[in-house]
Amino acid sequence: MNTQTEIKGRSLWFDARRRFFQNKAAVGGLVALTIIVLISFIGPYFAVWSNEEIDWDVMGSAATLGMPSFANGHFFGTDDLGRDLYSRVLQGTRVSLLVGVIGAGISVLVGTVYGTVAGYVGGRTDQIMMRIVDILMSIPFMFVIILLLVVFGRSLTMLFVGIGMLSWLDMSRIVRGQTLTLKNKEFVEAARATGVSTPTIIRRHIVPNLLGIVAIYATLLVPAMILTESFISFLGLGVQEPLTSWGALISEGAGTIRYDTEWQLLFPLAFFVVTLFSFFFIGDGLRDALDPKDR
Amino acid sequence: MNDTILSVRNMKVYFDVRDDAAGGIFPKTKKLKAVDGVSFDLKAGETLGIVGESGCGKSTLARAIIRLVTATAGEAIWMGRDLLKLSNADMLAVRKDIQMIFQDPLASLNPRMTCGEIIAEPLKTHFKGMKKAERREKVCAMLEKVGMDPAVINRYPHEFSGGQCQRIGIARALITNPKLIICDEPVSALDVSVQAQVVNLLMQLQADLGISLLFIAHDLSVVKHISQRIMVLYFGNVVEIGSADQVINHPAHTYTKKLISSVPIPDPAIEIERRKIRRQKRAAALG
Repeated sequence: MNTQTEIKGRSLWFDARRRFFQNKAAVGGLVALTIIVLISFIGPYFAVWSNEEIDWDVMGSAATLGMPSFANGHFFGTDDLGRDLYSRVLQGTRVSLLVGVIGAGISVLVGTVYGTVAGYVGGRTDQIMMRIVDILMSIPFMFVIILLLVVFGRSLTMLFVGIGMLSWLDMSRIVRGQTLTLKNKEFVEAARATGVSTPTIIRRHIVPNLLGIVAIYATLLVPAMILTESFISFLGLGVQEPLTSWGALISEGAGTIRYDTEWQLLFPLAFFVVTLFSFFFIGDGLRDALDPKDR
Repeated sequence: MNDTILSVRNMKVYFDVRDDAAGGIFPKTKKLKAVDGVSFDLKAGETLGIVGESGCGKSTLARAIIRLVTATAGEAIWMGRDLLKLSNADMLAVRKDIQMIFQDPLASLNPRMTCGEIIAEPLKTHFKGMKKAERREKVCAMLEKVGMDPAVINRYPHEFSGGQCQRIGIARALITNPKLIICDEPVSALDVSVQAQVVNLLMQLQADLGISLLFIAHDLSVVKHISQRIMVLYFGNVVEIGSADQVINHPAHTYTKKLISSVPIPDPAIEIERRKIRRQKRAAALG
């Protein structure tokens, strides 16, 4: 009976993948993002200067000697202190991407669990859990993050704590809403009728049907996290030297633009803008690929 | 009657709904009596058709029996035990014997699972020790039994037609060898030709396996075809219950008569004649 060849099914994920790869903007975004990630990890092997080394020859005359040039190894030029901008931009890219990915990761994990439990259990539990989210959302988060960084000192961990605290709130709301609609679908009822336990229903029936939406919002959350971090760094409260991030670099570049060192602004800004656009295009592509009327 | 397997006594299901007429900041609730004192018996191997218009409590009654909704009062005696009073663990054991088929064939299948996984789910729940290969063999056998090619085991619900999806739903219901299957409008979402196929499949399976069916529908002609006995519900109350022949051909209650006369007859001559009579009656009533 089992000897005949089985037809391989086409899952919804497979269909979505095909639709995604037909979307030129999304694929372009994916390619650009991959290139940026690769550069940020492979690029340092080609760097002549590390991100903390100071080129004493250039220091003090960044506007003339610190220009981008292959001759002295400063591919992107130097900053005002004579540090190699190429190394620093790559380093900032890693930090900013890390902040974005970890922030989105926390939101996916916490938000999904919190939202599905609230939505599926329902009733009073749902009320209490969602009111907690409402209260947390009504706190001005930028203010709290800034306070955290001031009180506990500026560190990458504190930044993650602060961003992690705010990132999951929206996600849990979205997930809860989706769970509410899924929970009344007949296939969930069928599982309940046959006696499948609640945790298994959540794991087997609710979460897989949520993942599409979660993936979309996660990719749109990454740039939001990066923007938040950049804003904090722009204010001068983000990561600490010698570490840097896009926000910090852009802030420095913007501060020195009067001294004819526009590359100090343009290089980090280019990375920043390209990455954000890539994420938005990928998010849009995912939405088009995963959403089309839940068949 | 010792072969009665399910005996529902005075089942009541009330819902609290918001009373919009009452007004006020804090909305008052009123009781919606979805099922209001329904009693019936079901024998082993028998099909009981439940008919009634939309919103008369057919589905709620079925869901209350297998505790998908909580019954307000009443009893559902299954093999001598009241289902409504069983502990969750005991109920789980009973769920193996009572399965359900749903109205919307596609919506009742998880779009992210393959057909094989869907059919195997009750096995995973009730036979935890079963080996994967054995489960697979059973699923393949069951697919053949419902008239499908076992080769489609890895396909996803959206790759099947409505009729095929309903067959998968039936396969899922049959996989644990249940004694009773509750069919909640299993064919009303299907084309007429596919309806016939699915109904005939159900009848044939019933004859082979000796299961009982609770067949819910609002379409009298389908119910007449499959049921030995028919129960007519109206606003949560039993209007009439009796053998299919008696209810269809000699209805006792005016509501049943109305319900029967509303069924279109696939014969233009009779249908035109009937409409004429109805129109005359209406004209006479208006004066």
